[in-house]
Amino acid sequence: MARPAETVAGTTAVEVHTPKKELGPVFKRAAGPAKWADERTGLASLSRPFIRKVFPDHWSFLLGEVALYSFVILLLTGVFLTIWYKPSMGEIEYNGSYQLLKGLHMSEAYASSLALSFDIRGGLLMRQMHHWAAMLFIAAMLTHSLRIFFTGAFRKPRELNWLLGVGLLSLGLIEGFAGYSLPDDLLSGTGLRFVDGLIRSIPLIGTWAEFFVFGGQYPGELIIPRLYMVHILLVPAILLGLIAAHLALVVYHKHTQFPGPGRNEGNVVGYPIFPVYMAKAGGFFFIVFGVVTLMGALMQINPLWMFGPYTPTEVTAGSQPDWYMGFVEGAIRIMPNWESHIGGTTWSWNVAIPGLGLMGLMFGLMAIYPFVEAWVTGDKKEHHILERPRNNPTRTAFGVAAMTCYAMFWIGGGNDLVATQFHVSLNAVTYFLRVAVFVAPVLAFIVTKRICVGLQRSDAERLLHGAESGIIERDPSGQYSEMHRPISQGEAYTLTQHEEHPALLPAEEMGDMSSRELRLEQLRRKASRFYFIDTLRKPTRAELEEAAHHGDGNGHELETGHDGIGHGNGHHGDGDGGNGHDDGHHFITSGGTTTEGSKH
Amino acid sequence: MSTDISRQDGHDGQNALERSDAAEDARYPVVDPGHEEHLPRLTDVDEKAFDRATRQVATMFALVPVLAIGFVVVYFAVPRTAYVDFGPLHANAKNLGLGLTLGMALLLIGLGAVQWGRQLMDDHEAVDYRHGASSSEEDREYVLKELDAGIAESKITRRKVLGRSLIGALGVLGLPLIAVFADLGPAPTKKVRAATIETTIWKEGIRLVHDITYEPIKATELQIGQLVNAEPENMKDLEGTELLTEKAKAAIIIVRMDPNTIKIPASRQDWQVGGILCYSKICTHVGCPISLWEQQTHHLLCPCHQSTFDLGDSGLVVFGPAARALPQLPITTDAEGYLVARSGFNVPTGPSFFERDSSHDFKRGDN
Amino acid sequence: MLALFVMGAFYTFVAPASKVSADTGNSQQVAEGKALFAVGCSSCHGLNGEGQATGTVQGPPLAGVGAASVEFQVGSGRMPMARPAAQAPVKPNRYSEEEVAALAAYVASLGPGPAIPTPAEYNPANISEEDIARGGELFRTNCSACHNFEGAGGALPGGKYAPTLIGVSNQHLYEAMITGPQQMPVFSDGVMRPEDKRAIIAYLNNLHDQPNQGGLALGGLGPVSEGLWAWILGLGSLVGFAIWIAAKGAKAK
Repeated sequence: MARPAETVAGTTAVEVHTPKKELGPVFKRAAGPAKWADERTGLASLSRPFIRKVFPDHWSFLLGEVALYSFVILLLTGVFLTIWYKPSMGEIEYNGSYQLLKGLHMSEAYASSLALSFDIRGGLLMRQMHHWAAMLFIAAMLTHSLRIFFTGAFRKPRELNWLLGVGLLSLGLIEGFAGYSLPDDLLSGTGLRFVDGLIRSIPLIGTWAEFFVFGGQYPGELIIPRLYMVHILLVPAILLGLIAAHLALVVYHKHTQFPGPGRNEGNVVGYPIFPVYMAKAGGFFFIVFGVVTLMGALMQINPLWMFGPYTPTEVTAGSQPDWYMGFVEGAIRIMPNWESHIGGTTWSWNVAIPGLGLMGLMFGLMAIYPFVEAWVTGDKKEHHILERPRNNPTRTAFGVAAMTCYAMFWIGGGNDLVATQFHVSLNAVTYFLRVAVFVAPVLAFIVTKRICVGLQRSDAERLLHGAESGIIERDPSGQYSEMHRPISQGEAYTLTQHEEHPALLPAEEMGDMSSRELRLEQLRRKASRFYFIDTLRKPTRAELEEAAHHGDGNGHELETGHDGIGHGNGHHGDGDGGNGHDDGHHFITSGGTTTEGSKH
Repeated sequence: MSTDISRQDGHDGQNALERSDAAEDARYPVVDPGHEEHLPRLTDVDEKAFDRATRQVATMFALVPVLAIGFVVVYFAVPRTAYVDFGPLHANAKNLGLGLTLGMALLLIGLGAVQWGRQLMDDHEAVDYRHGASSSEEDREYVLKELDAGIAESKITRRKVLGRSLIGALGVLGLPLIAVFADLGPAPTKKVRAATIETTIWKEGIRLVHDITYEPIKATELQIGQLVNAEPENMKDLEGTELLTEKAKAAIIIVRMDPNTIKIPASRQDWQVGGILCYSKICTHVGCPISLWEQQTHHLLCPCHQSTFDLGDSGLVVFGPAARALPQLPITTDAEGYLVARSGFNVPTGPSFFERDSSHDFKRGDN
Repeated sequence: MLALFVMGAFYTFVAPASKVSADTGNSQQVAEGKALFAVGCSSCHGLNGEGQATGTVQGPPLAGVGAASVEFQVGSGRMPMARPAAQAPVKPNRYSEEEVAALAAYVASLGPGPAIPTPAEYNPANISEEDIARGGELFRTNCSACHNFEGAGGALPGGKYAPTLIGVSNQHLYEAMITGPQQMPVFSDGVMRPEDKRAIIAYLNNLHDQPNQGGLALGGLGPVSEGLWAWILGLGSLVGFAIWIAAKGAKAK
């Protein structure tokens, strides 16, 4: 309607930023070296598309950066640790400076970990930083993936990047677990013992896998050197490659953004990489580094000198893996003891299903979700504006249900500590969780969906009746009511820009479909009804205009600066401002003049 | 729909909104009012505020060298065994000093840079325009055409055998790649299994000795309610990883219970000495060593996954994820009254594996 | 060290006397103990310590549990129990030292059992670093499965638990090992030599005297509490910084 016309007139809203002035003091001096480098590498052309790339501002967009920076810290501290760590299971007598282990026989791996903690200056700090950074690395990846999930940022064209992310998360778990096992203390040895049981439990090939992984019987003498290779070479190299691809795709797709005035599917609004995000993101790297260092200084983690050297006959109460393996540990703990003995063979479902099946299920579901949702909606479009979680209640409910399920398994991983800290029976906790892992997600799903629809309803309320003003008015008949203030057009746009998907009715006649296709289509339509049948439709333009002009029955809208929603006079879009400038970057110099009307 | 910018060509990619009015109305009931007005910050309009922010940033940066030198001083000057006592913190002074100086230095660089970016750098927002993720139609056509031409030029379509033999060659090259990993470990054939995971170093007449001290155990020394973590005496001769490997299978616990309060099946009457029973210490679930024994209930709990075994009932599982009873070691006393094994374990100890014949394990109802 | 040695010598000197008194007691002490027992203990353990296996209030028979059991149970406040429970919790001890001794003398008179150990038995003296380290090995083999690597305690089935060893006196540690209170197995002298027990006690004393090398201990519960702190403090503070970085901040107007 009014909009395309406006955007043509958008010249006042957007000014093309083309520096024509003389170069500043830096390049007066650096011009020589810059030219030298460019003549050999073509640096200017390489950096041209990136130097002013725009990155939108939102705290949740920095979660992925926390993961990235933690990874960098892991590389840096890890290199330090490798200088002294000895990946050997050879037995020696301990003669280091920690008295309480003096004279004990232990592996060289454990002795060198103790040396790093007590004899190498700064070694303890590096060890603790490395461990804290590892915990943060995976925690940040997980929260980052939740942000992506709940805002629908995995939709086209970002499905591949979502898959890369799932790969990074699963490799992160393996990497962390391999690292956990390296010091060869009692806890890490107990973890390895568990892995041995887990590998053995694989039907058909379990024993072969065990012998191949451990080089024979458990524990053998090869597992630590092998895990060391996996931990410092194999997995980090793959992680590095995946991270590079992940970031390259982020750059190529340009970052998603939250809805808001002036933001649409065709643009991205924010601050340029250089200089603002250089300062903010670069500064954030140092902040993450600083926080990890302070954690290493102040909070003791993995005090392996207390655990003692590993031997297969010792164990400690509270033997737990690091938090990211907690859900697997919990599943193993609460699993009923199912095992089949068929002929001369043993099928240990009690270990294989929770141990390997659950991880497979989690990453499998994560990997296929974007494609399932795209199939249900039939949506083939690109999406760059993030969805507010309430506007896709079913997806949000799925996410919360999955988190709830994860949390139940997680609690299971610490069921002994739950029992002792909260003075309940260990057995009762276990029985409760066996039910809760199935029931709690269903409840969470129902509750979340209701909350989302409720939030949608309150959005509609704001759109149609305005915001609560806090002013109570008494009408001539003595009735009290609260006056409502119309919301700004920017907010109204934000609340209504989302795309809606129809809940599809069953297909009736589909002439050229085979019965299989028809069945699939019916399934898809059923799924779409499950997804969208009870989401609230946003008000139409006619409804909004109606509400704006007449108000509802109790209408007490403040008439200050009334600017009818949908009256497009004088709105400035940015849309066409840079027509023809492929990688032009445009600084917004003035806001829409329209907002004057609705300002209070 | 109106937002499908992938279908638009690059030159017009930013204008995603050229659609019919009706569709536009349904999709966007409210018209985009455009960017919010840029409001200046205090530092944009007030030179004093600008100076203040500059001072903040510069001060943060200036503190970093001080902290960095502090780090070096702590590194060389603070003794390794100095400790700090401060409230709940009772910690190694060196670790604390190094971490605090380095951490604060890094944090200050970060805070300074962010403050610079937030307060001093130009804060006009910028707009970037998107293009569909796909290549332009022209690029796609060009690449397809050239690839097609290239394929024709390579003659692979005329002599199909070229391509097929190459694929075959590369495919079969995978075999050596797999084969070189065959030495990852010995193959667990029936014979190998029988000599490794299915057996322990327990034999008839081997004494039961204390773990750690290797003292033999007299039956008369054990009281009711007593638990001993024990090993076979021949474990003494082993060391290094061989010791660990055998310990991981042969470790046992010895308990003494009142024979009148427990169930001893007829077939196992001569496996015990007056209520002294001996079980494998390795959990049948995933192999944690178990010694969490309740002397009153006779229950043995695994601290890893809480499987619970009833040692007063042939080691049957009463709770938790373990599926099989704990293997029992038949014992007796030798001429000097010390506990000795009557034989090795009659079933493999430790966690299940696929080829394990679990039909000989003790099951509820066996006698 | 010298002081320790002197103390050790002193205790060895007085040890036999105290042992005798704990073993047999005198008849007056036994009588006092019987009176106290009738008031405080007999409702569960029976008037003569024969135990009660039926009814709502149950208690085990006490013949043969020995004076050490009484000193441990009553001295740590576990007995008398306030109410029937899966396990007797530690609480402030209501009895004076003399009253505990009298109770112990009475119960010891019911049947032979472990005597109250003397300080020379339970206090490690002149113990080498190697022995302390060996004590650590014994601790991890015999004790940490229930009591955790640091002695912080752990869970048992059905609401029972292995209590924390932090802050427990050497005497109670020793008594617990020789008597096997409640669900804990007995570690009698025939099974674990007295010097092994002292090595374990020495290890625990040293371990609990150690400063935390790496900073705050975070509860000493291992990876679960570490994970919790990584999320709350680590990721929490970084999210706080992220919010600050992305916040628009104050405007001039």
